Amino acid sequence: MSKRVAITGNEAVAQAMRQINPDVVAAYPITPQTEIVQIFSTFVADGDVDTEFVTVESEHSAMSATIGASAAGARAMTATSSQGLALMWEMLYIAAGLRLPIVAPVVNRALSAPINIHCDHSDTMGARDSGWIQLYSENAQEAYDNLIQAVRIAEHADVQLPVMVCMDGFIVSHGMENAELLDDDMVRSFIGQRTPKHSLLDVDRPATFGALDFADWYFEHRRQLAEAQTHVKGVVLDVAKEFAKVSGRSYDLFEAYRLDDAELAVVVLNSAAGTAKEVVDDLRDKGMKAGLLKIRLFRPFPHEEIVAALAGKKAIAVLDRADGLSTMGGPVFVDVRSAMYDAPGPKMVNYIYGLGGRDIDTEQIAGVYWDLARIAETGKVTSPVTYLGVRE
Amino acid sequence: MANLRDLTKKEELLCGGHRACAGCAAPIAVRQALKAVDTPVVVGCATGCLEVTTTIYPFTSWRVPFIHSAFENSAATISGVEAAYRALKKKGKITRDIQFIAFGGDGGTYDIGFQSLSGAMERGHDMVYICYDNEAYMNTGIQRSSATPKGASTTTSPAGKVIPGKVQFRKDLTAVMAAHNIPYVAQAVPSHWNDFITKVQKALAVKGPAFINVLAPCRLGWQFDPAETIDIMRGAVETCFWPLYEVENGVWRVTHKPREKKPVRGWLEKQGRFRHLFRPGNEHIIEEIQADIDRNWEALLARAGAA
Repeated sequence: MSKRVAITGNEAVAQAMRQINPDVVAAYPITPQTEIVQIFSTFVADGDVDTEFVTVESEHSAMSATIGASAAGARAMTATSSQGLALMWEMLYIAAGLRLPIVAPVVNRALSAPINIHCDHSDTMGARDSGWIQLYSENAQEAYDNLIQAVRIAEHADVQLPVMVCMDGFIVSHGMENAELLDDDMVRSFIGQRTPKHSLLDVDRPATFGALDFADWYFEHRRQLAEAQTHVKGVVLDVAKEFAKVSGRSYDLFEAYRLDDAELAVVVLNSAAGTAKEVVDDLRDKGMKAGLLKIRLFRPFPHEEIVAALAGKKAIAVLDRADGLSTMGGPVFVDVRSAMYDAPGPKMVNYIYGLGGRDIDTEQIAGVYWDLARIAETGKVTSPVTYLGVRE
Repeated sequence: MANLRDLTKKEELLCGGHRACAGCAAPIAVRQALKAVDTPVVVGCATGCLEVTTTIYPFTSWRVPFIHSAFENSAATISGVEAAYRALKKKGKITRDIQFIAFGGDGGTYDIGFQSLSGAMERGHDMVYICYDNEAYMNTGIQRSSATPKGASTTTSPAGKVIPGKVQFRKDLTAVMAAHNIPYVAQAVPSHWNDFITKVQKALAVKGPAFINVLAPCRLGWQFDPAETIDIMRGAVETCFWPLYEVENGVWRVTHKPREKKPVRGWLEKQGRFRHLFRPGNEHIIEEIQADIDRNWEALLARAGAA
């Protein structure tokens, strides 16, 4: 039986990991992910999981050991944040390149310098081209649900790619929420067993993992990696359908909130979507045709579906909780605007917000919608990229 | 104790056709190490000469399961494989006994991979780490490492007009690993194959982590005739530049004591990397190298209770 509980994001993720019961977890603590590792350690110490917990000396070794375990045929997980993910950077590409179905919650936190422990998305945005699938989560419930679905997505025969499940540091990781946890047996039967095609421990059929490709093969292997990304979208939707059957909760590539008849749209990831929904409701009451698109699957980028959902809007604002530092906007903006290039053209603007845990409130988001209303009316964009809530 | 007749009957687990240079000691060390294995083995390897010469896709020289992931993490990667083995064995998904060996060069072991090695040893994984020490970053073209001996000329410690090759003495990694208080640590060299293979057998037999540092001369970096690899290795032992010893459960033991300790001068002379030391004005460096060898040898004998 599912049960409804008051739970933080970190606790929900740790509970999902307990239910997944991975063969190997190799992880290193870092704020704000630390609780996940601590809680999981108690599951190991109390015998609530069968997992071999490898208490590595760094995140680089965390990802390396997870890669070794996954190549050995195990279901392997890690978890990290911020500088930890940055230290894994080299190994992220290798996990994807070796086509290892690793699953890792990432608790979003700003990158140094200056050092800052609070939420923004510069950590996972830095990993967006690594070949990992990225699922973003608005709240603890979604982080929990995404993590369980991630196992199926990663291990799907047509995918065989690592998945990171992102949630906002402190805002979600430490915020207490009402969430529904599935029954342990439901989770275990939903995820099933991992059945790898090749494994290092299959000693009678020895295989070489991580061989050297020269110019005669590297391109083909990278092409296969790109091809696998094209399978992800369909698998994410199929897994979501099955998940809905056991959980009653439905998921898509993104959530369209009052978007169908909207003229003004905001695109956002993670927890700020919750705040933005309040604003949309409020503005709708005032007669504004406001809508919201909350991206769940950011990598690979479901561009066709996003274009279909946004085509015909009068003005669109993309809210980025990371700065690309390219002087042409944040990473989500760049992708959405590029995808919209061939669509009949709404005006598009970008807002960089919330860096280093700076709060974003309903007033600021309402201000974004009023900016869009002005842009829609005049047809003029005076500031394509705006820093929201910063002292200039 | 290895028996030559039995060893010749064993399958070569690193097969021929790899691209290592003629005279390279690394594949000799690997072949000998794998002769010590009686159960199935999974091998990991750091980025480096051994990896790039044995796994050029679509070929592989490895007749055993093999993984290379990156440069600084051979120990961490194999620690994950070993953890997976324990997990899957506990669940009954694997029934066979399997051994785990991680290889790395001195770059991947002494330097960039030192943290991950230290971590894996401290965690107590049941694995053997074998460093094939060719005393510089040979794969990228002979740059100095912390294993490069004093006086050696490399491409980043070249013998120049004012600096005569590497200024620093080498790091004593074997002793550093002994300080981890793991069950078994040894120093070996393939010229003394019986000593080396016996050490690998011991390392595999202990429960928990073991570390073996095996000297593996690089004929390009050390600059000697490829036919002389074995002689160069012998010279390293006879001069006590590379003493053969083991530390078993904290007990130090010299496993081979040269009948006559030869001056290091003759050994240095055979290697182009030390050529500049024989120029006028550099003699004192040879004396310093000799003094360092003498001091380390006496300290080892004292530690091993063999002084």
